[in-house]
Amino acid sequence: MDLDAIGRWSRHAGVPGMLVGMTGPDSAVRVRNLTKRYGDHQAVAGVDLDIHHGEIFALIGPNGAGKTTCVEILEGYRHRDGGEVEVLGIDPARADAHWKARIGIVLQSTKDFAELTPTEALATFAAYYPSPRPVDEVLELVGLTDKRKTRADQLSGGQRRRLDVALGILGNPELLFLDEPTTGFDPDARRQFWGLIEDLSGLGTTILLTTHYMEEAERLADRVGVIAAGRVVAVDTPTMLGGRGAAEAVVSWRGPSGPEHTATDAPTKVVRELAETFGGEVPELAVSRPTLEDVYLQMIGAAQ
Amino acid sequence: MTTTTRPALPSLATVTRARVRAELLSFFRERDAVVFVLLFPVILLVVFGAVFGGQEEVAPGVPFMQYFVAGMIAAGLLSASFQNLAIQIPIERDTGYLKRLSGTPMPKSAYFIGKVVLVGFVAVIQTVLLLAIGVLLYGVTLPADGERWLTFGWVALLGITSCTLVGVAFSSVPQNGKSAPAIVSPIAILLQFISGVFFVFSELPTWMQTLAAIFPLKWMTQGMRSVFLPDAAQAAEPAGGWEHGRIALVLAVWCVVGLVLCLLTFRWRTRSDG
Repeated sequence: MDLDAIGRWSRHAGVPGMLVGMTGPDSAVRVRNLTKRYGDHQAVAGVDLDIHHGEIFALIGPNGAGKTTCVEILEGYRHRDGGEVEVLGIDPARADAHWKARIGIVLQSTKDFAELTPTEALATFAAYYPSPRPVDEVLELVGLTDKRKTRADQLSGGQRRRLDVALGILGNPELLFLDEPTTGFDPDARRQFWGLIEDLSGLGTTILLTTHYMEEAERLADRVGVIAAGRVVAVDTPTMLGGRGAAEAVVSWRGPSGPEHTATDAPTKVVRELAETFGGEVPELAVSRPTLEDVYLQMIGAAQ
Repeated sequence: MTTTTRPALPSLATVTRARVRAELLSFFRERDAVVFVLLFPVILLVVFGAVFGGQEEVAPGVPFMQYFVAGMIAAGLLSASFQNLAIQIPIERDTGYLKRLSGTPMPKSAYFIGKVVLVGFVAVIQTVLLLAIGVLLYGVTLPADGERWLTFGWVALLGITSCTLVGVAFSSVPQNGKSAPAIVSPIAILLQFISGVFFVFSELPTWMQTLAAIFPLKWMTQGMRSVFLPDAAQAAEPAGGWEHGRIALVLAVWCVVGLVLCLLTFRWRTRSDG
């Protein structure tokens, strides 16, 4: 690593000489006050974002909130109007082939490669990268080994999407962008896909994921960023987002006169008391906290 | 983590080989492309040969089929280059293939070299088929001297280069992949009618000849006639000669125009994708 780059990072961090931290060289992605306007629509209105090396970061938000615009600026597809962006230490607007070799992009649904088989498509793309993963290994990783000789237009939606991911991870990227990877999946395919993403993360890949599914963000993400009306309104772990971790729990059960519930800071105590009252099993006992979806919807509502 | 020594990117030759393989595989597996781009000129030759394949002459010593094969070879080159690319590239743009490619470290030049090799490959197969059928079924005679084959070479090369560049540039015109064939095919067919492929050029109305002279195909057919027709047939040309200099000039101008348009207008994403 060259010293100039370190100097640049520490300047950005605002702390001279500080090399490690939220905004230091640990950041695979660093965004400050990013803006982008289409006509009179301010699609991105000052986004700040830091994604650490090795983490899975989920960007969630309603349609039109600026998720895809943001991600496509990071991928180098779109030019920004203002702000600072560094992806793997480089401004995507001035990125070259060396930089592109270090990232992997899985776009929203595509329907290309109709005539090629997964093996053929991967073998072609492998030639673009300096140190690609072996094609067979990638096929195995995404679970397409059985379909490696099937033309892409004969694959099911889920298999097709796994081919997209295979092409995204083929170049052995340090950072993988996944734009709504499981839209249109059935629950079983989605769960299999999550396993794949966890495997990739385990191999050290940093992952930026956009999704509409709170369950997906909750299951996969180390941290979640909520984007609404072109701004990041919250960033936290899924369990802590929007004060979720500190929120009151709701204990519910069936009492003699029907369903009952109580909100409490000490659910264990309430359950113990209930157990004593009922002298054993409490009918239909449940302890719940606000779901990620609950706090998300609350935030989106507040932002609009 | 960033390191100062990174593995070198693959050479342009390596990437180009992969692109050529992908282009050829995709083309020959897509039935529409094979039928309309590669075989359609061959089918037309057979149909016209069956109907007009008698020995009637369009000029003294020039049987119709001799004239038609020369025009059909030029039309085939147009099909292999302009029609092929102006239809295929919008589809690749529409399906997200171009966007995907532009997100990889692939050198953009490798993509275009791949297309050029595909065009060359299709053009060679098609020309060989047209000549073989002409010779075997319709008594077409091939030029005997090397000078004419040299003319064949440069006319084909300049023609295909200009039409390839114009085809790539034109790929930005159709709104989406679905509408591309409906826009591109009529243009090609119209050009064939006014450029001396289906009709004897000198018998067309003057305004039609003038219109055709703007576009490359007229000059390609004229160049091919200079290869396959006896020199005596020059007298029947509107200009009274083969005009080799002018053919080279017009096609070269189209190469430049096509290249400039490509550089100014080529897009890796659809218009609706910003």
